[in-house]
Amino acid sequence: MERIPILRMGQTLLVTIQIDMQDQTAMALQEDLAAKIAETGANGVMIDISALEIVDSFVGRMLSSISGIARILSAVTVVVGMQPAVAITLVELGLSLPGVRTALNVERGMQLLDTVRREKFLDR
Amino acid sequence: MNDTNQALLDALGAEESQLVESWHAALPLSAQTTGQSSRGEARQLLAGLRDGLRAGGAPEALDTPAWAPLRQSLEALSAARAAKGEKAGDTSLFVLALKKPMFDALQQRFAKDPAGLGAALWSATSLVDKVAQHTVTTFQSTREDIIRRQQQDLLELSTPVVKLWEGVLAVPMIGVLDSSRTQLVMESLLQSIVSSGSALAIIDITGVPTVDTLVAQHLLKTVTAIRLMGADCIISGIRPQIAQTIVHLGIDLQGITTKATLADALLVALQRSGWRVSRTD
Repeated sequence: MERIPILRMGQTLLVTIQIDMQDQTAMALQEDLAAKIAETGANGVMIDISALEIVDSFVGRMLSSISGIARILSAVTVVVGMQPAVAITLVELGLSLPGVRTALNVERGMQLLDTVRREKFLDR
Repeated sequence: MNDTNQALLDALGAEESQLVESWHAALPLSAQTTGQSSRGEARQLLAGLRDGLRAGGAPEALDTPAWAPLRQSLEALSAARAAKGEKAGDTSLFVLALKKPMFDALQQRFAKDPAGLGAALWSATSLVDKVAQHTVTTFQSTREDIIRRQQQDLLELSTPVVKLWEGVLAVPMIGVLDSSRTQLVMESLLQSIVSSGSALAIIDITGVPTVDTLVAQHLLKTVTAIRLMGADCIISGIRPQIAQTIVHLGIDLQGITTKATLADALLVALQRSGWRVSRTD
């Protein structure tokens, strides 16, 4: 089974999905990511899905649950680079991914993470 | 050629101009206005009928090769009338009015032969009925072609995606929103968001006449898809009546920025992207 690598950039974990996701891959990613957040104490997760062209409801739910898991571990998740076809498919599947932050590309995603971090810092 | 065909042919062939005149006279007043052109059409139809009868076409079967020229002139006639915007009823009335002069002619011929008259009348009436039916069918299919073409035109001119500002796109929606059009708009908008890297899209619904639950659902889907891609969406051009309808229908637009005019929406978009608009004086 393929595993998706998780890169660490300072306080951010970067995940780039470049293969067609299978259910097992998705489950493994979810577990790996949870372990990595706990291990590194990262406070931001960026998932780049610009190369992902096919989604099903399982992958959609995975994005949602990763975001939920990360939030509990006090990290913010940003999903970036979703293709139009993928967005339309998710909407037609009835998955609007509430609670998941999105950005157009990695650069904008980084900006968003910075803004959210600053807000959180001010809250404390 | 059988006897009935011969009889019908004789009845039709007698005095053409006289037949055309009495045919024209049998038309209801409202249909007589077209005057000269309808006489021309009548002559053409009579020629087609005679050709068909001479070729031995059975009056009950209009789809046989013998009637091909007649069918052609019928199709031309109904297409011309459909293009002129006449009613289907008027067109079939025009054909059915042939019955009167035909029956008169047959009656004269068979004055002393009731049995023959019956048979000839039946053939005549079934022939004219078939002709009228064919006219209506072609008339309708011509109309449907026109409608289909217009629908296609509408879909094509439907909705351009325009760039209002750096990073701000707008879609002025015009006309009734149905599934296929919304799909088209959604796809082209999402595609432009990706290609231009714009973080804000304004959907202007000033030109949408009514908003019902279905239209609202389409809008919500588009907004959700835009949000999933990581861009933001503002809906503008909500007229007071439409705002009332939306509230009365219980449609939840919470979490979506809505503005009354496109200008307001542009202002919000500029503010969000850090621009400030000021006068120079």
